[in-house]
Amino acid sequence: MLRFLLRRLMWFAITLFCVVTISFFMMRSVRGGPFDGERALDPAIERNIKARYHLDWSLPKQYFQYIGPLNLDEHRAELFGGDGAKPFGGVLTLEFGPSFKYKDFTVDQIISQSLPISALLGMVAMMWALALGVSAGIASALKRGSRLDLAMRIAATGGIALPNFVIAGFLIIFFVFMLPLLPVAGWGSVKHMLLPGFALGAPYAAYIARLTRTGMLEVLSQDHIRTAHAKGLAPKTVIMRHALKGGLLPVVSYLGPAIAGVLTGSLVIEKIFKIPGLGTHFINSALNRDYTLAMGVTILFTVLIYSMNMIVDLAYTMLDPRIDLEDM
Amino acid sequence: MAPFVLLAGLFVGALYLASSARLDEADFTFNNATEVATLDPARVTGVPEGNIIKALFEGLVVKHPKTLAPMPGMAESWSVSEDLLTYTFYIRKNAKWTDGEPVTADDFVYSWERFLNPATAAEYSYQLWYVVGAEQYSKNVNENGAPKNSFDSVAIKAKNKYTLEVKLNSPTPFFMDLMAFYPMFPVSRKNIEEAQAKWPNNNEWEMQWLRPENLVTNGPFTVEYRRVNDRIRLKKNPMYWDADNVAMNTIDALTIEQAGTALNTYLTGSTHMIPSVLPSLIPTLMEREDFEPAAYLGTYFYRVNTTKPPFDDKRVRRALALTVNRKDIVEKITKAGQLQAFGLVPPGMSGYVPASFQGAGEAAAKAEANALLIEAGYGPGQKPFPTMEVHYNTSEAHRDIAEVVAQTWRDTLGIDARLQNQEWKVYLDTQNNLDFDVSRSAWIGDYPDPNTFLDMFVTGGENNKTGWGNPEYDRLIRESASEPVPAKRLQILHDAEAILMDELPIIPIYFYVTQNMVAPRLGGFYDNIQDEHFPKFLYWMNDEELAAKRAAQPGVWTIVKDVGPSEGLYAPSWTGPVPIPSNN
Repeated sequence: MLRFLLRRLMWFAITLFCVVTISFFMMRSVRGGPFDGERALDPAIERNIKARYHLDWSLPKQYFQYIGPLNLDEHRAELFGGDGAKPFGGVLTLEFGPSFKYKDFTVDQIISQSLPISALLGMVAMMWALALGVSAGIASALKRGSRLDLAMRIAATGGIALPNFVIAGFLIIFFVFMLPLLPVAGWGSVKHMLLPGFALGAPYAAYIARLTRTGMLEVLSQDHIRTAHAKGLAPKTVIMRHALKGGLLPVVSYLGPAIAGVLTGSLVIEKIFKIPGLGTHFINSALNRDYTLAMGVTILFTVLIYSMNMIVDLAYTMLDPRIDLEDM
Repeated sequence: MAPFVLLAGLFVGALYLASSARLDEADFTFNNATEVATLDPARVTGVPEGNIIKALFEGLVVKHPKTLAPMPGMAESWSVSEDLLTYTFYIRKNAKWTDGEPVTADDFVYSWERFLNPATAAEYSYQLWYVVGAEQYSKNVNENGAPKNSFDSVAIKAKNKYTLEVKLNSPTPFFMDLMAFYPMFPVSRKNIEEAQAKWPNNNEWEMQWLRPENLVTNGPFTVEYRRVNDRIRLKKNPMYWDADNVAMNTIDALTIEQAGTALNTYLTGSTHMIPSVLPSLIPTLMEREDFEPAAYLGTYFYRVNTTKPPFDDKRVRRALALTVNRKDIVEKITKAGQLQAFGLVPPGMSGYVPASFQGAGEAAAKAEANALLIEAGYGPGQKPFPTMEVHYNTSEAHRDIAEVVAQTWRDTLGIDARLQNQEWKVYLDTQNNLDFDVSRSAWIGDYPDPNTFLDMFVTGGENNKTGWGNPEYDRLIRESASEPVPAKRLQILHDAEAILMDELPIIPIYFYVTQNMVAPRLGGFYDNIQDEHFPKFLYWMNDEELAAKRAAQPGVWTIVKDVGPSEGLYAPSWTGPVPIPSNN
């Protein structure tokens, strides 16, 4: 277990380093800068703006300032000739710097405002996905070949095929304009979360339904289920106690990618429903050439995806004792 | 079972998180379209920022909501010397910052010094360069980027605590408009200096003084709550000198970027004003009483790269300009009543006669264009016209227009014109480097005077971006700046525009209109040429006033649902019936 974690952490550090380095240099090689606007700047002013964000430094120096942990500007440690007011800084000290576009905020502040919102939206989406997907999958497996099964499978195919913004459009037409039950956009109460959560979770629900169905069918045909039935257990107990545990294994292994997908794939839904989450920053920061914010969000997504997958691997061993972490 | 326990746990967690950030509905909610870059008046340039800063801060004057004439703000009154060069402002003694300190002439001196200092990096600082010594102060910098001149060399002086004197280089008829322009609004010296003392490292004070809990303002509203990409909640400022004439207690400025989403929120009543709509819906919306596009001080045009053959030939540029199918563009694409443009300066500047390059009728224009191309050496029997690109930033509306333009050039002139779209920042880079043939552009006037459009095209001007220059044009623009007689000055500007329309480094396409959707019950919101709306004037009409307003409007409009309080929401000092502010 410990060896598994250590090995994973080492790979994590290597991955993160590569992501940070590559995206840092890629971001800065893109044409157009953060302070280019429709109105050209006076050279004296442009120079001062660039100096403020150290964009007048050489790229390697900017990179080391960004990574840290040593601060390189005039407030650097006295040992290196600075005034010593701020010896440390950079990503290694968890400082992602000021946003270039939203000048009143640091990247840390923006992320701490928007990450909980995206996480909450993701949770609601996963709840929809699991609740609908698992129950539809079980129902399908138990009534295999019935009309119910067929209907569920058609719905699942639809859910996978339809992009989430199309689903969002239909939901808004039905639940906002035809039946005025829910707010059309915004964030703040549970009511605001239902539609975007559903639209975001629907494709995953469909996929989970398929996985559950397949998994359940496989388990239901196994010996230990037959034994359980033979012991005279109630069908409900057999399914909930014995079949579900094995039948959900494929779903569990899918949860890692699904959670990562929900978190990183929410940008369209966030735009449609005006949700102040991370997804919008992911795309806008790149378009604005907001170097620091784009880097911050990229690093955060890397960490999220990596840790979700690790948690899923751990959960896997708990559900299925046959799997050994040392093999992974 | 485990997944369901997990689900239940997640749900409880979700409810908990959701309940923590709930605000009551604001009196007035509008879509501010994009997140503001900063709340610092000196460092902003955009309309969304302006909307917020006009609520938080107040300049020497504010603009009348309907006529845009200057009305007393921080200045109770003002006087102008006979040579139109010296402006004296008398600051009102009852104006206070939210920390209780009085607003003084010194606050303006401090704020404008900060605004002009290149270290502040105020993008709009050139707007104060009409003041004696200001341009030199901003531009002459030492190797650290700090100004070489002392601020004493700039003619902005506090004569006493409440008297501010400003001397201009030359008569500037729009100077009072600039005084109501948000970059010139004052900030509290104490506010900034305290932050500088408390957070000296790494410019952290630059963010700290603007935090809602630290920010000191002098305008009708204060910031109650702010979340990036969500909203700014404004709350009425009880310390504001004219608080008795402010009706709204709370205002929400939302940042909805998608026009479709914004319209949805408007149609369901959760926003009361949205600044733009989906172009495809305009014909439907035009019938509604709450959508009434009005003339706006903006021009949509194409820049031509005059450094690159064949576009260095003015005959070619004229041929291209003559054949653009403006009628199709305004009738079939923009559809909100935009006017076809044959000049750079939009109509509606009082006293100004715009210049135009317009040909005589469509057929004649076509014949003339073809003749010009032949004269320039292109066409049948001569060298073929090279393939050209119409460059624009990625957007559906710009693409549709570029398609029409390219198509007409193909059909009428036989030019192989192709489309080239680029993402915004790359597009700007291409434009700055003159790496295009013709490129989509637009300009929104900063103040209602032709100069805001015309001074853009002086030789080597930062916003010229066409490579074009004309000494006579430069001379006229310079001369207009020192001409004290208004009518003469406008004539000089007209002559300059005539040169521009003769040489055509730009191809005008249409003049903008506003596209606000405004709740019918909202009062104090008027169409004006700058689409400028000071939030202090907004209020809700009661049923009686709304009925009177509707009775006065032409009958062809569809009446829509009137959101807002039926009893109205008026300022404390309101005595009725229709509180249009008087025009001093």
